[in-house]
Amino acid sequence: MSDAYCRWCGTALAEHPDIQCRRELDPPRFCPECGRRLRVKVHTAGYEAACRDHGPLLD
Amino acid sequence: MPDVPVTLTPKAPIENRERLTPQAARTAVRAAGVALLDERRQLTLAELAELADVPDSAVPTLAALAHEVRLEWCGDTVEVEGILSAKTGGCPEDCHFCSQSAKFESPVQAMPFLDTADVLAAARETAALGATEFCIVLAIRGPDERTMDRICELVPLVQQEVGLNVAVSAGIVTEAQAKRFAEVGVHRYNHNLETAESFFENVVTTHTWAERFDTCQLVRDQGMELCCGVLLGMGESVDQRIELIGQLRAVEPAEVPLNFLNPRPGTPFAGLPLTEPLEAIRWISLFRLGLPSVILRYAGGREVTLRELQALGLTSGINALIVGNYLTTLGRSPEEDLQMLSDLQMPIGALSKAI
Ligand code: SF4
Ligand SMILES: [Zn+2]
Ligand SMILES: [Zn+2]
Repeated sequence: MSDAYCRWCGTALAEHPDIQCRRELDPPRFCPECGRRLRVKVHTAGYEAACRDHGPLLD
Repeated sequence: MPDVPVTLTPKAPIENRERLTPQAARTAVRAAGVALLDERRQLTLAELAELADVPDSAVPTLAALAHEVRLEWCGDTVEVEGILSAKTGGCPEDCHFCSQSAKFESPVQAMPFLDTADVLAAARETAALGATEFCIVLAIRGPDERTMDRICELVPLVQQEVGLNVAVSAGIVTEAQAKRFAEVGVHRYNHNLETAESFFENVVTTHTWAERFDTCQLVRDQGMELCCGVLLGMGESVDQRIELIGQLRAVEPAEVPLNFLNPRPGTPFAGLPLTEPLEAIRWISLFRLGLPSVILRYAGGREVTLRELQALGLTSGINALIVGNYLTTLGRSPEEDLQMLSDLQMPIGALSKAI
């Protein structure tokens, strides 16, 4: 399924300005399904991101 | 690959200061070498201010001296540390660079204190990379009773289960709290001055520079090692960076983490430019020359600021680094850092402040 919202700024992709806001060293911060802020745990060797409604972000 | 799209990154305005001539720069660097290596004395702040004005072409010369000073005063060992944001976001303070302040619209979602299993798992990851130090960091003004209890339970646990030195960063503390941390075995307490006293009100309005200074002193009074970091690139002047070096001397830190501003979306400093890589090398060198015996650690922002010049920092005075991810942002792969240290033939080990 393709994303509906930008994972880095939370804007709906249909309305997303034509800039790349992905930063290489930022974990995703917004749920691609609903655009709400993700709960993100960052630790030394990785991170986990999850949406309250849509569960863990898998890729 | 640059972390921030290059086209969106404004060029840092260069402060209009007169640079030394190449000849004057050589003379100043030589004199600094005599002071630090032969006479083994600290430079005065006036001497440092002069070195701050060497031309760009002399930055490698400055860096070479800083490297020699580091080897002479601290040896070739590099201390590797992992850090963990154990309580993220929702902080009542308003540090204008910080994505964890509740005062700004930041993409960082506040999270409760991690559970013990998460903290231990992160400490094990850190140990597996050969690190000797693990810092538990909390986005708070200062600890309340419950938070004190949690930290004081975690510190000995991580130490015993994982065998790492444990550092803590939990904001402003009282004397009693500092004492308790020392008693449970906190090896180093992190509390940053961040910037010069004269620039602080441009960065934080919810607490004062003096409060930070006081906490730094309490930490040392209780016999813990002080880790007192700075953040460069917030608009402070050259003179204010020199002022900051003087203020760091006054708190006598064992360790100084050197952060470069990585402008965070939603914060008041979101639109500030990154520090230019060569400028970063200049200031790494100056911090080493100004603080010859401290553990000078590469911290946040090094990947995006230095890009391909990261190895150069380690031959310009840096003798410690944070490996892996940071608090809310990711680091480059630990394998790259470990390869870099191995290529530089710098052994990894624990450091303490040289006398
Ligand atoms: S006190 Fe720490 S966590 Fe809170 S806003 Fe300042 S830098 Fe961020
Ligand atoms: Zn976006
Ligand atoms: Zn969702």
